[in-house]
Amino acid sequence: MSEEQLIFKRSKALTDAYFHYCPGCTHGIAHRLIAEVIEEMDIQDKTIGVCPVGCSVLAYNYFDVDIHEASHGRAPAVATGIRRTLPQDRYVFTYQGDGDLASIGMAEIVHAANRGEKITVVFINNAIYGMTGGQMAPTTLPGMRTTTSPYGRDTALCGHPIRMCELLNTLVEPVFVARGAVTTPKYINRAKKLLRQAFELQHTGFTFVELLSTCPTGWGLTPENSVAWLERNMVPFFPLSVFREPAAMPAAATKYAPDLKVKDDAKA
Amino acid sequence: MATAQRLLMKGTEAIAEAAIRAGCRHFFGYPITPQNEIPEYMSKRLPQVGGVYLQAESEVSASNMLYGAGGSGVRVMTSSSSPGIALMAEGFSYLCGSEIPAVVVNIMRGGPGLGDIQPSQGDYAMCTKGFGHGDKHAIVLAPSTVQEAVDLMALAFDLADQYRNPCVVMGDGLIGQMMEPVTFPEAPVKVYDKPWAATGKPPTRKHNIINSLYLDPEELERHVYHLFEKYERMRADEQRHETFMLDDAPPVVICAYGTMARIAKTAIRELRKTGVKIGLFRPITAWPFPVEALSGVVQSTKVFLAVEMSMGQMIEDVRMVVGRDRPVKFFGRPGGVIPTVEEIIHQVKLLSN
Repeated sequence: MSEEQLIFKRSKALTDAYFHYCPGCTHGIAHRLIAEVIEEMDIQDKTIGVCPVGCSVLAYNYFDVDIHEASHGRAPAVATGIRRTLPQDRYVFTYQGDGDLASIGMAEIVHAANRGEKITVVFINNAIYGMTGGQMAPTTLPGMRTTTSPYGRDTALCGHPIRMCELLNTLVEPVFVARGAVTTPKYINRAKKLLRQAFELQHTGFTFVELLSTCPTGWGLTPENSVAWLERNMVPFFPLSVFREPAAMPAAATKYAPDLKVKDDAKA
Repeated sequence: MATAQRLLMKGTEAIAEAAIRAGCRHFFGYPITPQNEIPEYMSKRLPQVGGVYLQAESEVSASNMLYGAGGSGVRVMTSSSSPGIALMAEGFSYLCGSEIPAVVVNIMRGGPGLGDIQPSQGDYAMCTKGFGHGDKHAIVLAPSTVQEAVDLMALAFDLADQYRNPCVVMGDGLIGQMMEPVTFPEAPVKVYDKPWAATGKPPTRKHNIINSLYLDPEELERHVYHLFEKYERMRADEQRHETFMLDDAPPVVICAYGTMARIAKTAIRELRKTGVKIGLFRPITAWPFPVEALSGVVQSTKVFLAVEMSMGQMIEDVRMVVGRDRPVKFFGRPGGVIPTVEEIIHQVKLLSN
């Protein structure tokens, strides 16, 4: 037994507090992946997190880095205030849910992305408002039942779910936009690579990683069935892909040069 | 710049320059009339001094950028006007709850709703009693000249840092739009230690958390008690006011602040020429209201007249101090209409009838 070998331990970038998340919820996995990236990049002393209202608002208890709570949807604005203030060698990330980011915080995320804020946004998409009790989110799937869409999401009444990666990929500034998932070992390994890429590219521009996640409590499914449900229903609508990376920056970013002389000429 | 140079400046631009001289290098704002010269000035000057001007996508975002920057430990400010200030209220409440210093300039315009863009004092209640949800206060400074606005900007940053609390400089549209000669103070910028700031956690300390969430009601209660101990210190130490022609204990005292106080002064001078004994009490801190100083005037005064560019908001604080011992009359005009010297004189004459 002296051969005992430690092969798995808590990341140094996490505190020893117990997560408050429900059984089967994938927030814990996402937290761990981010913490591992911070630890492996050795940037714990340079990282500032921003966690807004949602199930993860208490994440300041879990990440062992300097951290801001934020109001609902405003994390990219708070992160902007931090990024524009602290030395450039710092790493700033936000950790936001889909109600937060794609509904009340839509202006903040689009404009932070459009300004090319040098931050990493981790977007947890579980197609539901978890913290407030399972209400319909902007990402709720057509026909999906929630506490505020008891007959299923009626697209005639409230439209289709928003695909954030695809939306942000229309902008010029983002340098990395990708969607992953955290429901299978394969997905988890890939998600960590995406997060690592995003953090590594952060100082060159805006980086965005969406992670499809489960909410067994909100969905009314067992953790096991939640994983299967996500695979069956979410992945087809929210394809797992890297939408933007430095090698695939839009040409418009460099080639568009407006002719601003017209006004002067007219005056002359 | 030479020592004590007099410059002719517009109020908004003087406020912006005073902020920079007070060590502010970060500004987040959103355009709204009548204060656009502040962000315009900042967008020109801040890059020249190594600072950051950023136009936010909304007032809500601007106040949250303020929260992020303030939490990082720098001197930061925003400016707006009434409807914009209302939108910023979300961030202000978080600033108070998380004890983050920041300076907010409100150049008030007429309301409610979209109202108009003329000078008003209709935000007194919002700034002194409201300023977002929950139990909290901000210090509110009300300048009555451009020079005083300059002086109060430096004070605002110091008070914000000293108390870890947002501080408002509340001017009406006139303070923002008129030009007056100003001298910028030469005092060096005070630097406050901010060990609580979230700047990146060295291995030598625990992680700093910028937070206003306390899910346990008793814990939140303790936090709010802590905030209110601070507000009591502000009440004890930060009341500021000016008196004008009160030395001979006149029976009539006008209470007015900001530009309204200047117009009242002119009316008082005119009335004094005709033998009317009258003076002025001017709050400089709208919060904490100068309760002690006003209390000292009550005994010798027969009647108070509150004059405001609103339907009467400060008057409630005056009444709170004066109580039922003396009548507190009111004259004001809302909607961006500015009460004139003649109107004030007329109101004073009505009092003596």
